[in-house]
Amino acid sequence: MTLLLGALTIGLILSLLAMGVMISFRIFAIPDITTDGSITLGAAIAAVLLAGGTNPLLATAAGALGGAIAGAVTGILHTKFQINALLSGILVMTALYSVNLHVMGRSNVPLMQARTLASHGEEIGESLLGAKTLNVFGWSVATSDAALLLMALGAAVFAGAVLYLFFRTSIGTAMRATGDNPQMVRALGANVEGYIVLGLALSNGLVALSGALLAQYQGFADAQMGIGMVVWGLASVIIGEALTGSRSLGLTIIGAIMGSILFRLLVAIALRWGLNPNDLKLITALFVFAALVLPGLIAKIKKPSIA
Amino acid sequence: MLDLQSIRKTFNPGTVNEVRALQGVDLTIDEGAFVVVLGMNGSGKSTLLNAVAGSFYLDSGAIRLSGNDVTRWPEHRRAKLIGRVFQNPFSGTAPNMSIAENFALAAGRGQPRGLGWALSKSLMAPLRDRIASLKMGLEGRLDNAIGSLSGGQRQALTLLMATWKKPRLLLLDEHTAALDPKSAEQVLALTREVIGRDTLTTLMVTHSMQQAVNLGDRIIMMHRGTVLHDIRGAEKKRLRAEDLIDRFDAVRRREQLDESAAEMLRASYL
Repeated sequence: MTLLLGALTIGLILSLLAMGVMISFRIFAIPDITTDGSITLGAAIAAVLLAGGTNPLLATAAGALGGAIAGAVTGILHTKFQINALLSGILVMTALYSVNLHVMGRSNVPLMQARTLASHGEEIGESLLGAKTLNVFGWSVATSDAALLLMALGAAVFAGAVLYLFFRTSIGTAMRATGDNPQMVRALGANVEGYIVLGLALSNGLVALSGALLAQYQGFADAQMGIGMVVWGLASVIIGEALTGSRSLGLTIIGAIMGSILFRLLVAIALRWGLNPNDLKLITALFVFAALVLPGLIAKIKKPSIA
Repeated sequence: MLDLQSIRKTFNPGTVNEVRALQGVDLTIDEGAFVVVLGMNGSGKSTLLNAVAGSFYLDSGAIRLSGNDVTRWPEHRRAKLIGRVFQNPFSGTAPNMSIAENFALAAGRGQPRGLGWALSKSLMAPLRDRIASLKMGLEGRLDNAIGSLSGGQRQALTLLMATWKKPRLLLLDEHTAALDPKSAEQVLALTREVIGRDTLTTLMVTHSMQQAVNLGDRIIMMHRGTVLHDIRGAEKKRLRAEDLIDRFDAVRRREQLDESAAEMLRASYL
């Protein structure tokens, strides 16, 4: 049960990452590898501030802001300097590796003694219920774990709702159209380059927020924690689309959250069954490859071309 | 209203792909005029339109539009004054977004966009009425993705979007050329209606002689990046399609003569 709760909680925390990747990949069609660096940046900033005794909410917000700046830099490299989007992301990700080490001062910052959102949440949960464990459908569950799960759920739902509302405003609608048809958006008087920078900042802000929360949940920030996370996000988005079967705005966001949770659960089950953790990234990459290629192949098999 | 002062543009200068698209075009268009730009392929007529819209910056010359020197304005800034319809019906609309959302974008043309709802009530009611007036049965499908519509429907909607907020200048770039004859006729009728209702200052590129004769009050004939003929007033009213074809033939003959003459000189003297 602890395992299940843990997987659900991490899945929910990483759903913020999935929503960030959804913005860059589905709206702008940019596979933005800045993600790998900005999730670590968010974790690093939050961890260092928390270790120094900063208010956890402030530290988390600072982490998200750091990611937003990183995303904006990628956007500026891409639009103002006309560097290929993928390369812009690679440049910023590479630079962020050094930046992250500088922020943390070493390759790993533990948060065991620090007051974090997670430790606050555990305490609030225990004081509200007054018990260390509670009974859920016959399962005995640590109150602290349940409290963290609820907090992660709250964060995911809140972020998803804000994102949905944002994309229905005038700015948000123009941003979506930028990915859909930049020529038209320009002809209607919107600054396409500005929207790309803003969108990548929003995307990486969400990713870094996810990193900041993840660091507090797992109790440390690590320079290596971002490796392969963009692929993880892609996997979540793709699973989400398969689950909801829709490209509509609301369902895509819900799908990203559900995809992230489901993917994390699948990984937890696979690890439990004895999957070598070293193979995890390989499996993830293979999964995304299959998810990208299979729909086209299936369509071909179903409807053979007229020869 | 619109004033072009000896504008020049060369693409890929100094390479084998060098194209001297505009070679000193002077043109003044009055408020409320409907100008048709005619020309053969490569004559620079679309380039002229794109120069006005701001798709690229000029090599030299100046563009003034309703009292502003817009020569160095980026495309999105000029869009405050300009409404555009492209040749490709897919260019003017965002396919994965709904009809209503596309119009919400058009309704904010040239204004700073804020955090208000894109689909406000003040937009939806007039939008439904206007789209119903098209009689295409689209008023009940405002939430459908615009990509699910036909090219003719999309082009009609693009025209409405371009003129939703009255533009100071309307640019039409062969906007019926990619449509089937029936849709083209519909879009053309709508074009007439929209331009007539608001007496919009319009610059329309076409290669259809018939359209040029039937529409507008002035014809600009472009050739090799310059204005060859400027036909207006009574002469424009009398003009028939055959006259235009004659003028094009004259151009073609002169060019052949030029080339054969050059060939003859080369053969005799080199």
